[in-house]
This record gives sequence, structure tokens and C-alpha cells, in this order.
Amino acid sequence: MATHTAAEYIQHHLQNLTWGQLPAGYERHDGSVLSEPVWTLAHTGAEAKAMGFWALHLDSLFFSLVLGAAFLALFYRVARRATSGVPSLLQSMVEVVFEFVEGSVKDAFHGRSALIAPLALTVFVWVFLMNLMDLVPIDLLPGLAGLVGIPYLKVVPSTDVNVTLGLSLSVFALIIFYSIRAKGVGGFVAELTLHPFNCADKRLQVLLIPINFVLEAVTLVAKPVSLALRLFGNLYAGELLFILIALMGWYQPPLHFVWAVFHILVIVLQAFIFMMLTIVYLSMAQEKH
Amino acid sequence: MNINATLVGQMIAFAIFVWFCMKYVWPPVVQVLNDRQKKIADGLAASEKAAADLELAKARIAQDFDKARVQAQEIIDQANRRAGQIVDEAKDNARKEGERLILAAQSEIEQQVNQARGSLSLQLAGLATAGASKIIGRHLDEEANKDLIETLIDELRESA
Repeated sequence: MATHTAAEYIQHHLQNLTWGQLPAGYERHDGSVLSEPVWTLAHTGAEAKAMGFWALHLDSLFFSLVLGAAFLALFYRVARRATSGVPSLLQSMVEVVFEFVEGSVKDAFHGRSALIAPLALTVFVWVFLMNLMDLVPIDLLPGLAGLVGIPYLKVVPSTDVNVTLGLSLSVFALIIFYSIRAKGVGGFVAELTLHPFNCADKRLQVLLIPINFVLEAVTLVAKPVSLALRLFGNLYAGELLFILIALMGWYQPPLHFVWAVFHILVIVLQAFIFMMLTIVYLSMAQEKH
Repeated sequence: MNINATLVGQMIAFAIFVWFCMKYVWPPVVQVLNDRQKKIADGLAASEKAAADLELAKARIAQDFDKARVQAQEIIDQANRRAGQIVDEAKDNARKEGERLILAAQSEIEQQVNQARGSLSLQLAGLATAGASKIIGRHLDEEANKDLIETLIDELRESA
């Protein structure tokens, strides 16, 4: 797909490869009008939008699944051959990651759970690998894909808000699960309705319940939303800067280098923050006030 | 930035990945880490124990050495005493033997003196008899004079 102007170039890079159903009577990018609904790849941003909720970002899913599977395959390989004797180089590296994650979980999670540590490990490594895709030269994979006729390709899954929101909503579900498991449904509801304003007078308390609920609900919902948008925002902005730098002609190499070096810090930091907040939120969820 | 079913796919993938990690990746590696920690702790404890044992052994060696030295001294003393004893015994024996030899020699001398005296008195009797017969000029009846001669001999013997 040829790109003419800077705006088109940027828009092209920010468009996911979307697969979904276009409704009947929709006018496609080439001017043809659909006589009946059809499942197809979107060829413009407008088409992708028209597909509605039941559409898939094939590129995000592909890269996130490949990276997640690669992470698990590598770690599984090491885990199966792991020895308590002298470790291989690869095992040492994996152990460093394990000890880092285990230390973070021990520091931040008060309580015992078999799920938290593997969850934190998965979040950390997976998010890190998805962020790492940001350091692949931005035109390399989309350019190759264009040669074989794939119209769009966004290689960094964590610049897709669906991906980060998918992670954070899973964490949100776990927050609710842990809250109810630790305090019961009644305790969870009480936590949402009897704080922060509490009154000994029952009639006044009834009046305060809606106010409490609004405040607490915002607090609760802000957790997954901020978790998802922080990661998405950082990576989206980073990606956008790479795209802008790619438009700068001969200034590109030094600028690209500087931003890439800085970005190495960002991608590790964002993966770490996502993991740490996941642990902290779950720890808070199962603590009694 | 469309929100769509990718979200759902991502959640399912996340759940599966976390489950896999929890089931097959986390436990063996943590097990290995704990095992290694235990191994190292055991190794350190063993080395500490070995060091303590070494100290004990050193102390025991010093003790044994002292004991051996005392024993050796005792043996040397004993030997010295025994040597002195042997020398004393030898001296004693030698002295006794000397005395015995002296006594034997004295008795032999006495015996020989007695013998010589006996033979001398016999010869003297013979000489006295011969002298007397010469003086008398005739042979005295030896039988008759026997008593006389014997009395003479006894007198001579007593005077000797």
C-alpha cells in the first residue's frame, strides 16, 4: 500500500489489521456496495470502524499469542531441564527473572496464593516482550507484510488498547474474585457502600450509601482503566514518536538511536509497573480493612 | 483505537497463559531454586561443622601429644631406674663373687698349709726317730716306741 503524505503514513501505521463483518449496503473502499453482510479484512480505517465490536485485530492477537507462546515455551523448556546443581546460562537468566518476580511478590503481596507469583511472572515477561516489539524498526514488518498483500500491520500488541484492556480486565476480575473470597459477598458490598463516610445513625447511613458507592465504584473501576491506559498510552506515544522520527529524513538515525535507548528503559519500566500494580491491587483486594 | 472482540481473545489467551505458567513453569523452577538454597545452606553448615571438627581434632592431637610426651618421659625414667638397678646388682654380684673367691682361696691355702704341716710332722717324726736311733745306736723297737713318738708328734703339731 503506497503512502503519499505524512498524515497518511502515520494513520497507516496506527491502523490494526482488522477482520470482521461488514453489513449489507456498505460501500467499500473501492466503491463497490455490498449486497449482503460479508466477513472480510478491513482495507480502511473507516471499514474497521464499521465492523463494530465483533471484529478481531489479527495483528495484535497474532503477535501477542506468538510472544506469549514463545515466552512459555522457553520457560517450560528451562523448567523441565532445571537442575539444582550448576545451572546453564539460560537457566541462570530465567532464574534471575524468577527471583526478581518472586521478590516483588513477597514484598508487595501480603498473604499466600499459588496464583499470584505465576500471574506476576506471566504479566511481566509477556508485557515486556510485547513492548519489546516497539524496538523492531517500524517499517520492517509492515513493509514485508505489504509485499504479500496484507494491508495493515501493527507489530506492537501493547499499542492496541484492546490488548492492554484485556489484561487489565482479567486483573479486575481477579480483584473482585479475591475481594469476595476474602470478605464474602456481604463484606465486598459493605466495602463499596459503608466507606469512606460512616455514620452511627442508621437513617443517615442510608443516605450516605449512594455517595459511598459512587466514590468506591470510581476507585474500583479506576484500577483496571488506569492500568490499561497507562501501558497503552506509554507504548502508543513511544510508537508514535518512532513513526514521527521515521518521517525526518536524515535526522532519523541519531534521533532514532536516542529514542530507542530511552525506550528500552520505558518498556522494562512499564512491564514492571504493570506487574507491580497487579500484585498490589490483588493484595489490597484480599486485605480486610 | 476501536474496542472490539480482540479484548475477549486477549483475556482468554491471558487466562490460558497464566494457567500454563502456574501449572508447568512456576513450580519446577521454584522447586529447583529452593533445592539449591537448601543445598547451599547444608553445604555451609557442613563446612562449619568440618571446621569445628578440625578444631576438636587439633585439640585432641595436642592432648595426645602431651600424653605421649609424659609417657615417654616415664619410660625413660623407668629405664634409667632399671639400668641403675642392673648396675647395682652387677656390683653386688661381683662383690659377692669376689668374697666367695677370697674365701675359697683362703680355705685352700689353709688346706695346703695343713697338708704341708701334716707331711712336715710326718717327716719330722721320721727324722726324729732316725736321729734318736742314731743317737741310741740301735734300732729302737718301733712298736714299743710308737706311743712315745705319737705323743711327740702331737706336741709338735700343737706347737705349730
